[in-house]
Amino acid sequence: MSSVTTASAVYSRPPGVLHTILLAGSVSLFLGALLSDIAYFNTHQIQWSNFASWLNAGALLFAGLALVFALVNLVRAKPKAGRPLNYFVLLFVTWAIGLVNAFQHAKDAWAVMPTGLMLSAVVFILICITAVLALNPRSGGLK
Amino acid sequence: MNRSSALALITVSLLASACSNEANTNLVSGPDPKLPAPERGLFPSMKIAEPSAWGDQKPTVPAGFSITAIATDLKIPRQMLVLPNGDILVAEGRGGSAAKLKPKDVIAGYIKAQGNTKVKGGNRLTLLRDADGDGKYELNTVFAENLNAPYGLAFANNKLYVANQDAVVSFDYQAGQTKAAGAPVTITRLPAEINHHWTKAMTISPDGRYVYVGIGSNSNITERGMEAEVDRAMVWQIDVTTGAYKPYATGLRNPTALAMHPETGQLWSVVNERDELGPDLVPDYLTSVKEGGFYGWPYSYWGQNVDARVMPQKPEKVAAAIKPDYSLGSHVAALGLDFSKPAMGAQFANGAFVGEHGSWNRDNPVGYKVIFVPFANGRPSGPAIDFATGFRDANGKTRGRPVGVTVDPRGALIIADDLANTVWRVVPSR
Repeated sequence: MSSVTTASAVYSRPPGVLHTILLAGSVSLFLGALLSDIAYFNTHQIQWSNFASWLNAGALLFAGLALVFALVNLVRAKPKAGRPLNYFVLLFVTWAIGLVNAFQHAKDAWAVMPTGLMLSAVVFILICITAVLALNPRSGGLK
Repeated sequence: MNRSSALALITVSLLASACSNEANTNLVSGPDPKLPAPERGLFPSMKIAEPSAWGDQKPTVPAGFSITAIATDLKIPRQMLVLPNGDILVAEGRGGSAAKLKPKDVIAGYIKAQGNTKVKGGNRLTLLRDADGDGKYELNTVFAENLNAPYGLAFANNKLYVANQDAVVSFDYQAGQTKAAGAPVTITRLPAEINHHWTKAMTISPDGRYVYVGIGSNSNITERGMEAEVDRAMVWQIDVTTGAYKPYATGLRNPTALAMHPETGQLWSVVNERDELGPDLVPDYLTSVKEGGFYGWPYSYWGQNVDARVMPQKPEKVAAAIKPDYSLGSHVAALGLDFSKPAMGAQFANGAFVGEHGSWNRDNPVGYKVIFVPFANGRPSGPAIDFATGFRDANGKTRGRPVGVTVDPRGALIIADDLANTVWRVVPSR
């Protein structure tokens, strides 16, 4: 099929299906980690902390693969400045803090707290901003 | 095996602290160790043993003593018992069924396994006999098999008691026997769910009426939940005729070896304390075990030092915690304990031998040796003396890891080495 080139240089389309699943999936996984941390903070029931560790690990896997897509997008994008670069940097920062959070959650019992809960909250806010930037068609989506 | 040894030396440096962890044992061992503030960077400091064969090398022992390997190619020897006729029984096995609950458990389990033997545990008792008294144990035969990770051993009144990881069992024993006559009889089931710390240390009262069994905690510091700690981190007293048991002392995180002081009849234990509070916390210790005593775990360590990782906290338990008698140093992993006998020679006649398996949670390894703690009047009376060393070689490779230590009343110290799968015997030179 032939693509139509409009007069405008700005050509926006959403990320591909797999890229979208990975990015959006990491939003809910990071949310699950945050909610589990809140439950552990309130109940001292260790299983919530175990859930938080695995949900965060799953989120890192999804977000890490999305980061590969973001990098490919960045390499291909012309120009790179603006949304492609912002998206990549935001996702990278989110992932890096999530990785620190994974190590924080590797501490035993209450040693996870309160830093683990705070990191989970920060990471969740960051992934929300990142996903909105990347997935919202009205904000232009990815180039 | 070579491939795994290449992976074995894994040093994770602390993000937060680059402090040097010199093993200054004068500060950390003895009755009043210096306790630094807890510390934990993003990663725990770690140095895992890198196994290497002994070849024709041996552990180093004091002048006036000699050491020989009396059994090799065992299947993870842990604790030993010298029978009245001089035969030695060796418990061999590896237990534990702790599920991996967090991503950390998967990774840490793999890393720590590099420092251990790859041999499968024997789940058996091996009998060693030196019939002609020449120091060579020419008979090496299986006394009993199909046990479940046997560890603690005791003997009294023609009964041999074995602490499997899930039960205390007994065999009838006649002098000179080399094979159990039949299947063992179960005396009492032991707490065995998860078995994060699976070793069931055991000793027996002088009259043979009670055995004392050490039951380790089900976690480092309650990270498997408080529910998993019911009937854990304590010593049970078990009546061997009825099987009735009661908690004898509690709050002992991992009591890995028990022994009766020969003069006072007092129960003593070596206890492995909690990890991941820094290279110089928390001291493993040697302590008399007082009936009804509470020794702190999990709420506090070395008396009233609160462990903030435990939630909810219990200030009333912290206030009740007994300070142990004698620090062995943090992370040395004491797994063996026996009191000496006069036949060991004047310098080592009165005191306790302690086998130290060696550290993982420390950049600068400690332990990996057998020490002697001198006693007087039934109490530790001075600084510990190295008795068998050289388990780590000059290149930092680990050739052996001491576990059980047992004094042969005829004048020998028997040492189980669960990395080299060897039993060593140290005797005064004649």
